[in-house]
Amino acid sequence: MSNAVLVIGGGIAGIQASLDLANRGTKVYLVEELPSIGGRMAQLDKTFPTMDCSICILAPKMIECFRHPNISLLTYSEVTEVKRDAGNFTVKILKKPRYVDVEKCTGCGTCMEKCPAKVPNEFDIGLGSRKAIYMPFKQAVPLIATIDPEHCLYFTKNVCRVCQKLCPSNAVNFEQKPEEIVVNVSSIILATGFDLFNPSIMSEYGYSRYKNTLLSMELERLISASGPTGGHLVRPSDGKEPKRIVFVQCVGSRSQRGELPYCSSVCCVYATKESILIKEHLPDIEVYILYLDLRAIGKGFQEFVDRAKKEYGVKYIKAHPGGITEDPITKNLQIYYEDIPTGEMKKFTADMVVLCPALIPKQDNKKIAQVMDLELDEYGFFKSKNELTAPVDTNVPGIYICGYCQGPKDIPESIAQASGAAARAAERIMCVTREAGS
Amino acid sequence: MNESKEIHVGVFVCHCGVNIGGVVDVPEVVEYAKTLPNVKYAEGSLYTCSSEGLSKIKEAIKKYQLNRVVVASCTPRTHEPLFRSACEEAGLNKYLFHMANIREHCSWVHPKEPKKATEKAKEMVRMAVAKASLLEPQAEPEIDVLPSALVIGGGVAGMTAALSLANQKFTVHLVEKESELGGKLRELYKLYPSDHYASEILEEFLQAVRSNANIIVYTSSTVKHSEGFIGNFKVTINHEGKEETLDVGTIIVATGADVLKPQGMYCYGQSKNIVTQLELEQLMKEKKLERPKNVVMIQCVGAREGKEGGRNYCSRICCTVAVKNALQIKELFPETEVSIVYRDMQTYGKDFEEQYNKAREGFTQFIRYDVENPPEVFIRPNGKLIVRVHDILIDGTLELDSDLVVLSTPLIQREDAKELSKILKVPLGSDGFFFEAHVKLRPVDFATDGIFVCGTAHSPKTIAESVAQAYAAASRAGIPMTLGRVRTEAITAFINEDSCTGCGTCINLCPYNAIQKDERGVAKVNDVLCKGCGVCAASCPEKAINMRHFSDAQVLAEATAALGET
Repeated sequence: MSNAVLVIGGGIAGIQASLDLANRGTKVYLVEELPSIGGRMAQLDKTFPTMDCSICILAPKMIECFRHPNISLLTYSEVTEVKRDAGNFTVKILKKPRYVDVEKCTGCGTCMEKCPAKVPNEFDIGLGSRKAIYMPFKQAVPLIATIDPEHCLYFTKNVCRVCQKLCPSNAVNFEQKPEEIVVNVSSIILATGFDLFNPSIMSEYGYSRYKNTLLSMELERLISASGPTGGHLVRPSDGKEPKRIVFVQCVGSRSQRGELPYCSSVCCVYATKESILIKEHLPDIEVYILYLDLRAIGKGFQEFVDRAKKEYGVKYIKAHPGGITEDPITKNLQIYYEDIPTGEMKKFTADMVVLCPALIPKQDNKKIAQVMDLELDEYGFFKSKNELTAPVDTNVPGIYICGYCQGPKDIPESIAQASGAAARAAERIMCVTREAGS
Repeated sequence: MNESKEIHVGVFVCHCGVNIGGVVDVPEVVEYAKTLPNVKYAEGSLYTCSSEGLSKIKEAIKKYQLNRVVVASCTPRTHEPLFRSACEEAGLNKYLFHMANIREHCSWVHPKEPKKATEKAKEMVRMAVAKASLLEPQAEPEIDVLPSALVIGGGVAGMTAALSLANQKFTVHLVEKESELGGKLRELYKLYPSDHYASEILEEFLQAVRSNANIIVYTSSTVKHSEGFIGNFKVTINHEGKEETLDVGTIIVATGADVLKPQGMYCYGQSKNIVTQLELEQLMKEKKLERPKNVVMIQCVGAREGKEGGRNYCSRICCTVAVKNALQIKELFPETEVSIVYRDMQTYGKDFEEQYNKAREGFTQFIRYDVENPPEVFIRPNGKLIVRVHDILIDGTLELDSDLVVLSTPLIQREDAKELSKILKVPLGSDGFFFEAHVKLRPVDFATDGIFVCGTAHSPKTIAESVAQAYAAASRAGIPMTLGRVRTEAITAFINEDSCTGCGTCINLCPYNAIQKDERGVAKVNDVLCKGCGVCAASCPEKAINMRHFSDAQVLAEATAALGET
């Protein structure tokens, strides 16, 4: 019988589940589809309500995963097949080629400096750029370069190879092939996280047409010291500091007309956090938050909102947003909304608008559900065995879920569920071992 | 390693991206470090905490035979364990490592004065090197961890935690104050979202607990006293009037919460038709709810008060509870009109929002009020109730006739939590709930090793959230119990027996009861209990007590260096 556990998803939930198990002596395979673990939390500037620097509190855990003798970190990898046999799972994992020898690469970054192919940086939601050979962010774990064959000039045009010539460790290997690994595990923990709803289809908001209309995650990168502007908050249209920013809540969520009916649970408070950050960057700026219901439901959140109002002068307006128009010359934005207390249609002008989109389950959940015979809910979140009494269990014994992939929740809730999923996996190991042994 | 020979200090100065490097001239600090006494090697790095940065430390330890390491970077709170283990991996005792926090204590607070910040960073490095030069290797004693846990509170959270630990093959002592297990679940009617009767769920839990041989249940029992430390707690409980002592390796606090009784608010207590949501649940459960014509529910009663010293937190579950109970009433009495008077509808997540939409479609009336203009309840001479509310959506005042007014009051910390907090030496937050080690990253740990928290004792939450947290506490508590051993604090006090006069000052002052006199009348420190706070060392009239890792010589060297002398 195997005593190992497979964890899918290297965000904070997957990291926590892996560490809890590894720290009790359980062998863990942690699979992450991207070149680095860290997930969404790595992209955040600060976290509410404590205003901890997000990467600063996350990085030690990422590195602990990397260095842990009980954790096999399988980044840039995906699960392709799962077979159940005698209470265990045999799992096929595909390691995609990085075209860089992980043993040789030291993460020095010479290749990235010289690579001529620029690509929008996914980590910065496309606001900045990376190269075709890249490390997704400075604290990436593992800190190893990866070649993106879709943009690499060698793969697309059979030219260049500059990285290979310049690499001081001779680590670039264009011949690298995908590698298949087979592992046998007692349990699987899913922690695949969330994606952002793309509001481009809601034409009234003009997202992707108006330069100064951003997603909240884009703003997060813009105000982050490690972001594309080095933490300088400026308008994408002209590089000028904005004087008035408006947040629009529930973009695509709590929708009565066909987008997503549920509440994403974290937007009211992260908008509050981002507002405070904006005020700290530019004290004279005006910040407005247009909201339906202010959902400050977690520990210390209401107090945090009260602070944003009193100490920072963030203005909260109960409103149904109508639409946004752009001044073609100044690129300023006109926001139309129904003021809920008065019922009047109102408008005002802002230099920047931040949309807080619905957070949605990962597309890949469908594939995973199919491979593992799991049930999804109508939105594509993994379904709990019992939403009341068995939130981290699924319809398949031995497969557990935690974090946002189970439904909307914040970081501490994700961590609690992740530790919870680890406990369930530990229970399973103990039961199976003891029963088999007795 | 040549720990006893000549001192070789290595200094690693971190840019932390632009966090430090954007203000402090890191190369200048590195050059300065090279000039300090005992420093054999110094370098800068973009992120010293990256795997690359850590390998560099390890390489330098070997290459330059470093026997003391200083990292000038961020806070030891998050990063010291990492750098210490890098030192250990290179064969250096981890207590030969020292950290200078030139980010929080320098670059972040002086972003507009780069020159002065650079000077300050140099001074901080000078201090760190001075202390590091005098550091000595320390040992962390290992102790055994008993494979048994105490779970305090027999509600959903406590029972779940107990079951999980029992399934991990640990012995669990489950202590419940009341005469039966179940907690608040005993008082509830139907639960959302599964639409189950609370009594059915409770029965499942009770079955599981009863049939698990690893769980020992103590009802009508309370915790009276606790001593010891992770791995070896000795907890005295009062079990049905008799005192018993339990030896456990870990403790989980799952004592739950109470519901605020809104005395003096909205005429509560003046009419039997003004009840809390919990009282409504009991009426429905006991089938005592007579068909009301009109029901008005008022949200945020005594919650989100928005004033200094008020109960300012949001109790998270009340809106969902109100919506659920409105739907229940509608199911029992389809003709009854239900209005919910609210400020912000907190039906977060996917299931609760759906329920809210269902209630709106099912003709529950939602009326929004503002905190500055709360509703009022009046009792007519004939006993009928009126709720007067200023509806901000129509900007008009409504008078709602009502046979039943239901007040949604928040979950609050239990009265006896203060006592438990003192017994276990774990803190309560400003909202009265138990306060975890880190709000973001350690939601179920206490700062004290071996003690954990889950459920509504931590903050208001739903049953599913309590269950998840209970599993989490069972995971965290299961770690040291599975390993069977833990390493304890190395930074402890020790007594110079020749100087000790046995005056007992330290014994009286020690907050951890870690010092006792031995048979010769000389003070003796229990290394496992000692947390290294230093109170004893500071107050000993004979200066007979010294702190490991914080000796007078080390602290003085650091202070002298701060004053510019090296």
